[in-house]
Amino acid sequence: MPIIKVDHLYKRFGETDAVRDISFEVEQGTIFGFLGPNGAGKTTTISILCTLLSPTYGKASIHGYDCTEQSAEVRKSIGIVFQDSTLDKDLTAYENLMFHAYLYDVKKAEMRQRIDEALRFVDLYERRDDLVKKFSGGMKRRLEVARGLIHRPKVLFLDEPTIGLDPQTRAHLWDFIVDLPKKHKVTVFMTTHYMEEAEVCDRIAIIDHGRIITVGTPEELKKTMGGDVIFIGTSDNARAKDEIEKLFGVEVFEKEGELFLTSARGDACIPEIIRALGDMVLSVKLQRPTLNDVFLKMTGRAIRAEELSSGDTFKDEVRSYRRKFGRG
Amino acid sequence: MVEANAIYVLVAREFKKFVRERSRLISTLARPLIWLFLVGGGMSRLVSPGMGVFSPGRGISYIQFIFPGILGMTILFSAIFSSISIIWDKEFGLMKEILVAPVSRFSIVLGKALSGTLVSAIQAAIILALFPFLGIKLSVLSVMEVVVICILLSFCIAALGIVIATFYESFESFSVIMNFVVMPMFFLSGAMYPVRTLPQILKVITRLNPFTYGIDALKHAIFRGTDILDFSLVTDLGVLLGTSAVFVVIAALMFERKK
Ligand SMILES: Nc1ncnc2c1ncn2[C@@H]1O[C@H](COP(=O)(O)OP(=O)(O)OP(=O)(O)O)[C@@H](O)[C@H]1O
Ligand SMILES: [Mg+2]
Repeated sequence: MPIIKVDHLYKRFGETDAVRDISFEVEQGTIFGFLGPNGAGKTTTISILCTLLSPTYGKASIHGYDCTEQSAEVRKSIGIVFQDSTLDKDLTAYENLMFHAYLYDVKKAEMRQRIDEALRFVDLYERRDDLVKKFSGGMKRRLEVARGLIHRPKVLFLDEPTIGLDPQTRAHLWDFIVDLPKKHKVTVFMTTHYMEEAEVCDRIAIIDHGRIITVGTPEELKKTMGGDVIFIGTSDNARAKDEIEKLFGVEVFEKEGELFLTSARGDACIPEIIRALGDMVLSVKLQRPTLNDVFLKMTGRAIRAEELSSGDTFKDEVRSYRRKFGRG
Repeated sequence: MVEANAIYVLVAREFKKFVRERSRLISTLARPLIWLFLVGGGMSRLVSPGMGVFSPGRGISYIQFIFPGILGMTILFSAIFSSISIIWDKEFGLMKEILVAPVSRFSIVLGKALSGTLVSAIQAAIILALFPFLGIKLSVLSVMEVVVICILLSFCIAALGIVIATFYESFESFSVIMNFVVMPMFFLSGAMYPVRTLPQILKVITRLNPFTYGIDALKHAIFRGTDILDFSLVTDLGVLLGTSAVFVVIAALMFERKK
């Protein structure tokens, strides 16, 4: 049963169309990801779902309650970690959670226990009496996730939960985000512009310029890329090229002294290639498509162009090659 | 119950921060003290009783005359300051945490107004304790009356502060509020001089200022039966209660409005 339903949602700010007619559903107990670049409309969608903004047109509902008409019921069912920190930095970690527990009418008898549990869950129990302004970015983020869970929401919204965190802290945060549906029976709705992060989702919607471009599981989305890329280093590229083309009936390209081809099941092809080429093979490398490739293919641009490292440039050339030849 | 809890925790948060930030307490108490002793002391020589500017029946000195005004000043500044901390909360995001909570907007406004009332009444009580040093004689009953009026006035000003705060998104507006709201409210209130000595046009503005009625109510409690009072106590209290209610309703409606 879908717990979040969004139906032809549209939001305009003056001249800007932040969200243009999006529709999707999120199943209970899953992790749903909104993947898109800056300004795509991710935060706007979340703000509508959590009743802070009203849509220009369209409908959204959570747990059967309409986000505009029944905002009080919706607010009871959700927890949220906003993109920008919303902690009170002049209060301690414990006081911040206490504040939240009172706002959500958590029973007095359970309050202390739930807060302690939440603090332990994010490894901040030892620091509970420190003022939040003394916390690092990662600790604040973890505290916010803990806070969002105190009142046992049905749906937890995470708007770029790992923004500004170092890779280690990010990994740690993800470890417990993926456990949330099981451990806390909560549906997670998250946004990100990190492709790797979106991979943990059960389903992903790719959003750009306020429109949903595609929705699916990470695997489904990657499949639309037409499979894996296999790179082969050989002692005689010309002969190897002929052999492989004969064997699979696909075109093989050459690039910087290496051959490459695409295949739906790259892992299964490798043994055959090695058998056919024998001693000619010097190296084999398999590259699976990433969500970044999916995004690039759908929108024609990299999600965060500024972040492409030099190692990615070569992949980019492969992609532009593919696009030129209309593959995948 | 949800609502009572929310109101309680909003007030508790403000109180905790108030206790924690002692420097804020010192700086907000410094202003009225400086005014009382520098302005009050200095002006006493210019407007001594019997010099004709005004004649407060029983020989009230100028420093005594402005004491209710200084109490009012303490309340005005601390209650407004407490309420417009909402602008800080918006800027630093905590307001969003409060707004997504399943709490009615009315309770949020009430919680915030009571927060301002509490910290402002505490500061007024500290200033009030100075009365014996100024040669003012008050019965226990009068002191209690002053305290009650301080609480009503604090609530009214705190509620007004919330209404103001709903118009602003960032604290760059702080000096605008100080210069164009707080200062005029203070000077056009009878706090520093009797309303009746003002030119006609200013007199009219003074009557539109709810703060005037708070000051007048304090004068009633402190200088009972003298001829420096401008309105009846019933009028004063009626205006304070009425405007408080109006401010709370406006603030709640403003909070309810979504973009
Ligand atoms: N309150 C607002 N007033 C006017 N325009 C807004 C407002 N909020 C968002 N926008 C505009 O709506 C568009 C979508 O913004 P939104 O914050 O939803 O993007 P986002 O996907 O969350 O981006 P990011 O990854 O940077 O957080 C942007 O063009 C933004 O400028
Ligand atoms: Mg955003």
